[in-house]
Amino acid sequence: MQPRPLLEFKKIGKSFGPNRVLADVSFDLRAGEVHVLAGENGAGKSTLIKILAGIHTDYEGTIELAGRPVRFARPVDANHHGISVIHQEMSLVEAMSAADNIHLGREPARWGGWWLDRSAQLGHALGLCRQLDLELSAEDLACPVERFPMSVRNRIEIAKALAFDARVIVMDEPTGALNAAEVAKLFALIEALKGRGCGIIYISHKMEEIYRIADRITVLRDGRWIGTADAKDCPETTLIQWMIGRDLARQSRAAAGMAAAPAAPRLAVERLTVPDLRPGRPPAIADFSIKVAPGEIVGMAGLQGSGSTELFQGLFGVHGAACRGEVRIDGRPFRPESPAASIRRGLAYLTGDRQGTGLVADLSVENNVCLAALPRHSPGGILRPRRERAQASRHVAALSIRGASPDRPVGVLSGGNQQKVVMAKWLETRPGVMLLEEPTRGVDIGAKQEIYALLNQWTAQGMAILLISTELPELLLLSDRIVVLHRGRLAAEFARAEATPEKILAAAMGAAGDRGEPEAVA
Amino acid sequence: MRNPVAARWLETPWVRALLALALVILVGFVFNADGAFLRWSTHRDMLRQISVYGILACGMTLVIITGGIDLAVGSVLGLSAVLFARLTLVGGHGAVVAIAAVLAAGLGAGLASGGLVARFKVQPFIATLAMMVFARGLAKWSSGGQKISQAVQAPDGSFSYVDLPRVFDVLGSRVLGGNVAVVTLVFAACLALSWVVLAKLRYGRYLYATGGNEEAARLSGVPVARAKLVAYGLSGLFAAVAGICQAAQELQGDPEAGISYELTAIAIAVIGGNSLAGGRGGVGLTLLGALTIGYLEKILSINSVGESSRLMLTGGIIVAAVLLQRRRTA
Repeated sequence: MQPRPLLEFKKIGKSFGPNRVLADVSFDLRAGEVHVLAGENGAGKSTLIKILAGIHTDYEGTIELAGRPVRFARPVDANHHGISVIHQEMSLVEAMSAADNIHLGREPARWGGWWLDRSAQLGHALGLCRQLDLELSAEDLACPVERFPMSVRNRIEIAKALAFDARVIVMDEPTGALNAAEVAKLFALIEALKGRGCGIIYISHKMEEIYRIADRITVLRDGRWIGTADAKDCPETTLIQWMIGRDLARQSRAAAGMAAAPAAPRLAVERLTVPDLRPGRPPAIADFSIKVAPGEIVGMAGLQGSGSTELFQGLFGVHGAACRGEVRIDGRPFRPESPAASIRRGLAYLTGDRQGTGLVADLSVENNVCLAALPRHSPGGILRPRRERAQASRHVAALSIRGASPDRPVGVLSGGNQQKVVMAKWLETRPGVMLLEEPTRGVDIGAKQEIYALLNQWTAQGMAILLISTELPELLLLSDRIVVLHRGRLAAEFARAEATPEKILAAAMGAAGDRGEPEAVA
Repeated sequence: MRNPVAARWLETPWVRALLALALVILVGFVFNADGAFLRWSTHRDMLRQISVYGILACGMTLVIITGGIDLAVGSVLGLSAVLFARLTLVGGHGAVVAIAAVLAAGLGAGLASGGLVARFKVQPFIATLAMMVFARGLAKWSSGGQKISQAVQAPDGSFSYVDLPRVFDVLGSRVLGGNVAVVTLVFAACLALSWVVLAKLRYGRYLYATGGNEEAARLSGVPVARAKLVAYGLSGLFAAVAGICQAAQELQGDPEAGISYELTAIAIAVIGGNSLAGGRGGVGLTLLGALTIGYLEKILSINSVGESSRLMLTGGIIVAAVLLQRRRTA
């Protein structure tokens, strides 16, 4: 007989107006387990979590906490019942200190709650950090959180969630911005929480992560419960089938019959150095050389801080004409100076942060698609709406962008469809060289496969692609070649056939590279 | 709201701004001050009185769409009025020369604050606050602190009266059988120009993109710095147009003219439903906002509501209009 579950969802249902987003969802969470909640974007995971968190209060069914039915009227009720949610989007106030953030809304206070008790707050925060092994000193806790890298912010977020003895912890894609070492730390923390009897609902799109951490897995699809199983009884193929409701043939580039043809390189970079934006630091990229042939995808691997993002920014001229070295596009010399100039030379840069730097959420789908190629679509400086619409609807059809008509703001689309809009925007500039950073971040499995197929299509037309992905399986699947960066320098280079996750990770962490070059001290 | 189609329709800023305007006009029909509201002359005067504010609001809308704000328009109006009066009344220059020079000055002031915002990354509030103070000072300096009118003081202290140049008559008069004030036509022209910029020109799209997501726009090759220069420059230009109209109506250049007008211009843009966060809105909404404020003032004044109550009521109504327009989250 199983012990009584920590938390139980019973026939939860929810509609937004005429749209039914959840129906009859029932499953339970046991103490001391990690329960992965999986499903494509739009499957209803976030809605379910928002109900649990007390954000949506208008729903059907019941939630039972240790056998007692509960109903939360506001988020703070959920907190008082020992439920903590770490949301996908960071919810820290950037300009406030870590300690202030941890206690936001429940500050320890004296004199009837009017006078902040800063020392008690700091003491509590320090105790919490020690308990969670967070390696933050008293000085760190007093710093504004905006000074910390994403990984530290992520841990502060967890400390905030745990500040008040949470028994049920929900983590919504917590590893999105973390590198491998930081993920390992987070997982150790999760193990410790399990040991203390917490139950953890863990939402993730990353397969390897799911199987590393899950005790049980529940899958939602189209707002319905599809199944719950022990992780060891639920192989990846089953899981994918549950999630998308059909078999998915994994298509790799080799299977698609792609191979890099030996041809003159579209992009040739010779001894490129990109300075670090913070003064007094060694360059973010030093003496980097690479050639990318037409139709080739070169994957870039490296831990956080390896400099791959800075390489893209430098090549695209994001921070002006800052780099030194020689760049040639289609054999002609190119000097990065501004995004506008780079676009004119057939360079495109899909950034890893769709909301922050990819889309203009208020503009319509068609205006976003045409934004980067607007000079071509508005001869004489005069807009041609019909021309834009025609162009955009071509892409909407070709990339199967679904969810809204092209004249609606792009913000209403789901993550995967927004990503396709960004891809359409860059495609519209007719690039010869594409710099892709995390093209499938926050995108569900179905859309991921569509994006992979698109990349194959583009390379078949002769586009050269440089690809950054923190998901190693994706990198191995897509790349013809993989170069590994370590602290701004080329650490190793692998042909597709010889690349393995172990070799890549070793090189990324600074072990002697395969090329036998002595590694310069950064 | 049960009906989702109607609910979505009600959420569009256009419909909401129209509803607010309709409500105000309805109030006008109810409290029509013995039929005064039903006479065309009342509406004509309302349109004339709102025109100067409306011209400022056109430029304000462009700036607000980029996510900025222009506090300097009232002062630039004052400066332009003084310059226009000096050039025409004291300097004896022709209308064309005077208008061109004043427009150039307004454009320059706008470009200066735009340059601070775009090139030196000064916050729009601060940059235009500085320009507001500076332009007011410049207006007082160039007028010697005096209103510049037909009574021109000679160096020996004696006054002589100069004839009013024809341009004052033209700008202060009415056309179309006396049914429409010329300044109202100027306002209409400014509306049309702003609409063309926003809806028809590439730079209009650039303004929206810059206000919506500046970094995404920049990485898409949008010249965000130039887009901001265009917005602030046009705002300064419109402020100069408003200054000329003001001088022509008052028959003098008053260095104190336009004080706090920038706030009315912002109120017009916001009541129309333009978002101060930038990235959305349009000059059509600004027109609706101008009519709403104009009718409100007019209805209160024909009903002989005193200025003190009028100001308090206007403040309350601005809040009510903005609350009405706020998007409801599901």
